Amino acid sequence: MIDGYVAIFIFLLAAFTGYEVISRVPVILHTPLMSGSNFVHGIVVVGAMVALGVAETTPERIIGFVAVLLGAANAVGGYVVTERMLEMFKSSDDRRAAGGSGEKTGERQKAGPDA
Amino acid sequence: MRNDVIQLSYIAATVLFILGLRGMSSPRAARRGIVWAGVGMVIATAATFLTPGMGNYLLMVIAIGLGGGIALAAGRRVKMTDMPQMVAVYNGMGGGAAAGIAAAEFLRIGQMPTSFAVLGIAGALIGAVAFSGSMVAFSKLQGFIKKSFLFPGQNIFNAAVLVATVAFGAITVLQHLDVVGGPEHLMLTIFFTLALIYGVLMTLPIGGADMPVVISLFNALTGLAVALEGYVLGNAALIIAGTVVGAAGTLLTQLMAKAMNRSLANVLFAGFGAHGGAELAAVEGSMKEMSADDAAATMAYAQKVIIVPGYGMAVAQAQHKIWELAKTLDEKGVEVKFAIHPVAGRMPGHMNVLLAEAGVPYDLIHDLDEINAEFPQADVALVIGANDVVNPAAREDKGSPIYGMPILDVDKAGTALVIKRGRGAGFAGIENRLFYADATRMVFGDAQDVANRLVQGVKKM
Repeated sequence: MIDGYVAIFIFLLAAFTGYEVISRVPVILHTPLMSGSNFVHGIVVVGAMVALGVAETTPERIIGFVAVLLGAANAVGGYVVTERMLEMFKSSDDRRAAGGSGEKTGERQKAGPDA
Repeated sequence: MRNDVIQLSYIAATVLFILGLRGMSSPRAARRGIVWAGVGMVIATAATFLTPGMGNYLLMVIAIGLGGGIALAAGRRVKMTDMPQMVAVYNGMGGGAAAGIAAAEFLRIGQMPTSFAVLGIAGALIGAVAFSGSMVAFSKLQGFIKKSFLFPGQNIFNAAVLVATVAFGAITVLQHLDVVGGPEHLMLTIFFTLALIYGVLMTLPIGGADMPVVISLFNALTGLAVALEGYVLGNAALIIAGTVVGAAGTLLTQLMAKAMNRSLANVLFAGFGAHGGAELAAVEGSMKEMSADDAAATMAYAQKVIIVPGYGMAVAQAQHKIWELAKTLDEKGVEVKFAIHPVAGRMPGHMNVLLAEAGVPYDLIHDLDEINAEFPQADVALVIGANDVVNPAAREDKGSPIYGMPILDVDKAGTALVIKRGRGAGFAGIENRLFYADATRMVFGDAQDVANRLVQGVKKM
């Protein structure tokens, strides 16, 4: 149990943290960011597990089951697609390091002159 | 002891999530960041199995395996161009899970304190709306729903549905607190039904290019719903992760709406929007080069120029210069249009957002269906860092991996000018016949640099 006021403090601090952390993210990464933060709220699966874990009646079990299923899909799917997107950033970084001069990077970016 | 392990795991997960998102401030650190966040998720999930007093472990494992398995398979196979709808689906599922938690809590025997009931139902409302809304967004992006449903008085009707939803939510809370009597499950069911319907109604009128904004908004809403259910469950990890995402999503939503020169209200309630975007790869060979000055002259003496921005424009951050070029040409009496391919490098509307950010008005930007018939009449098509979306192989070469993809018919313009960064051997791109075509001239250099020289060149004419 988290006391009401403590919850408000947590909420406020987390909101500021989120805002500060995200405002530093460059535009180029906004879509992976969207997908990455999408993954982070997949933590809901943990809550759903508890809801299912304490379920006693059939309707509760069904709802809990669906919630866990959806939450797990959110977490796993969010991770997989974010990782896939960022993987492409990585490879273009490598190409940039190999001699390109681009400021920003992106998927399937052009090669530098000697790449 | 058990509880300590669980709480410490949640703390570790929370820290890893925040560090993970923080990693997104640079492309280099971003991938490491998501791996950290992933580790956090695994730790938190594993620790939750230790929670005292739980049962239904078999169901739990099946649900995780099933949900995770399907998402893993889908997430691995989804094409990059379909990514936005995939994100929408996963996001909706998170919202659905949050709503499910609330439903389960209200069904449980025993009474929650007032604040728990109120915040729980608020989270349920937000989560359910994010769920059904995201599914509609997915259907739209996937092309299952092609129309935007508009009818007179829509906003008022939708508002009425929302008011009714809130009212039934309030009744549900009052019943739970034994302030009023009546059939609890019925009210709860009506509440959820209405909330889901509202999510659908809210999303149906919104058009394609505005979808990223909507997806981002739902992302923020899901975060908030998760945070609220975290409060109900007394789980700080859910509160913090949900709130961080809520704040991030809100910021992102604002940024996107702003970059489109639209307010969020305009996006949500105006009911329009078009598709856009492009992406880039590279090939090399014997291409016919043209200097920026000659290219500038070609354009200055043209009657009609169509500019085709691709992901390379975004990479070079050249959109401001390109818009300056367009304005300079316009002053010389050249008709300039922008053609945007519906397949985006990163998300639908990415190019629209970039051009909008640079100040290009909407009416100059045309999507594939509108503009393709105009290429034969255009004297010059200027391609900036787009490749696949202008590759004629998609039309002609059955062996090409992109065969069948609709493309912008740049090769049908009088002259195709292609701005490309290097001559060197390209990265493993798909060979682009456009670059070897007789009517194509290559202008080598960084897109921003070349655009700048083109502006100077045109001004001298």
